[in-house]
Amino acid sequence: MIEVKNLSVAYAAREKRSAGVSPVVIDGLSLSVPPGALVALLGPSGCGKSSLLNVIAGFVEPSAGTAAVSGRVIHGPGADRGVVFQDDALLPWLDVIGNVSFPLVLRGVQAAEREATARRFLELVGLKGFERRSIWELSGGMRQRVGIARALAADPEVLLMDEPFGALDALTRERMQELLLKVWRATGKTIVVVTHGVEEATFLATDLVVLSRRPARIVHHLKLHFGTRHADGEPARAIKSLPEFVAVREQVLASVFTQDEVEHA
Amino acid sequence: MSLHPSAAASTAGASIDSAGATRGIAWREWLGQPGVVSLLTIAVLLLVWQTVTSLRLIEPLFLPPPAAVWAKFLSVSTTGFVDASLWQHTAASLTRVAIALLLAVLFAVPLGLWIGLSPTARGVFDPLIEFYRPVPPLAYLPLIVIWFGIGELSKVLLILLAIFAPVVIATATGVRNTDATRLRAAQSFGATRWQLLRFVVLPSALPEILTGLRVGLGVGWSTLVAAELVAATRGLGFMVQSAAQFLNTDIVLLGIFVIAIIAFGLELGLRALQRRFVPWQGKA
Repeated sequence: MIEVKNLSVAYAAREKRSAGVSPVVIDGLSLSVPPGALVALLGPSGCGKSSLLNVIAGFVEPSAGTAAVSGRVIHGPGADRGVVFQDDALLPWLDVIGNVSFPLVLRGVQAAEREATARRFLELVGLKGFERRSIWELSGGMRQRVGIARALAADPEVLLMDEPFGALDALTRERMQELLLKVWRATGKTIVVVTHGVEEATFLATDLVVLSRRPARIVHHLKLHFGTRHADGEPARAIKSLPEFVAVREQVLASVFTQDEVEHA
Repeated sequence: MSLHPSAAASTAGASIDSAGATRGIAWREWLGQPGVVSLLTIAVLLLVWQTVTSLRLIEPLFLPPPAAVWAKFLSVSTTGFVDASLWQHTAASLTRVAIALLLAVLFAVPLGLWIGLSPTARGVFDPLIEFYRPVPPLAYLPLIVIWFGIGELSKVLLILLAIFAPVVIATATGVRNTDATRLRAAQSFGATRWQLLRFVVLPSALPEILTGLRVGLGVGWSTLVAAELVAATRGLGFMVQSAAQFLNTDIVLLGIFVIAIIAFGLELGLRALQRRFVPWQGKA
């Protein structure tokens, strides 16, 4: 589980920032997420949702408060939290299976075991048969699949995803959402996704967290079930057309929009 | 946007198919290939050379005809010049450059890595390298001779110094350009500092390192003649130098051609190496 308590993040004064923007990105934010949740962080751009993710990943030290995974307070990056980046961050000098087994190489796992683990996760993300392909031969969607498989191979407790599908086309995006729910169901990991997509967040999340404009605090914390329903077998398009789904989506959209208007007023 | 791409394609096809245009385009395409143009240029130059010498516009003492240089190539290859055959001269030069290159890889690459990683190391070594780099090798050759004598050491050292700077600078640049998210990704999998260097930084810098070696090898090879000016008994630079003293212009030309052809070969070889070892360059 993830426990964020009175978290504040402020950029140091020497870091460059545009005039009129507060150096305080997150101010006294608290959030508790049960194990196995799928959290979607949503909010106006520049609101600090990525900063929150980076604190949990350990890339950013909070200026006050704490973030903890399974009771362990986070200081720096660690193998208990896997990260999937928007620009995939794969290593082009390794082939697909080389990238997926990379976390296991770092840990000194034996070659045979590495390969077996990597193959298992590549199959899970639908890349069976692509093991020996070069990274630069793959499409954006396939690269993100490799990124997800790589993060899973490290066997983290929490999977952190920073706008993972932001650079993909609409169709690939929908496929990746379904893939993510499949992976979530198969592995039972706690997943945190930062996203700009209101429909995406509404569809995926068990915990949809809407953040305010900077400095970020929580505006809504909705408990949803659409992702769970898809994982249970309901078709994605059918769920997204439900009046109930549309109502929630519009409500969330309205609250994000309000935050954005305050920003631009 | 047209919903009938086939219609658009057939119109375009018709315009190309119109009789004589096709032949014109094929001819221009063939001529447009860089390799063809280069070969034609060389052929024209050879022709001009041959014409100028057959018409005796220039004395053979200053410019011997191509056939004479070719004949020298055959005789120097077999009987030799100044106690050594062309191949022995070439081997002597290549050995010096190879040793210098090896030493550059052993010392310049680690130093470049260090400079790229540590601001302190950068502060210490950057001014030193920038100080000697623009100085022509011939200017510090006398100093090297005073310090290290007139043996092989001085010659290799001079070439090494020429290769050293570009390799250090390229390596340091490569290290500093390492993608920050790739480092973060490796850190999130629990990579230690050493593992980051070994598995992320070094492969990231490899394209730049190879480019540095390519540039360095070019500079090093061109320093060769300077290096072999002093008390050499073998080497292509020495061969050209001593032939000039006897006004053996044909051997001077021959030496220049061999030096140029080897430089070209080294460049092609390193480019092939780059394609082999960093196929992802420019793609990811």
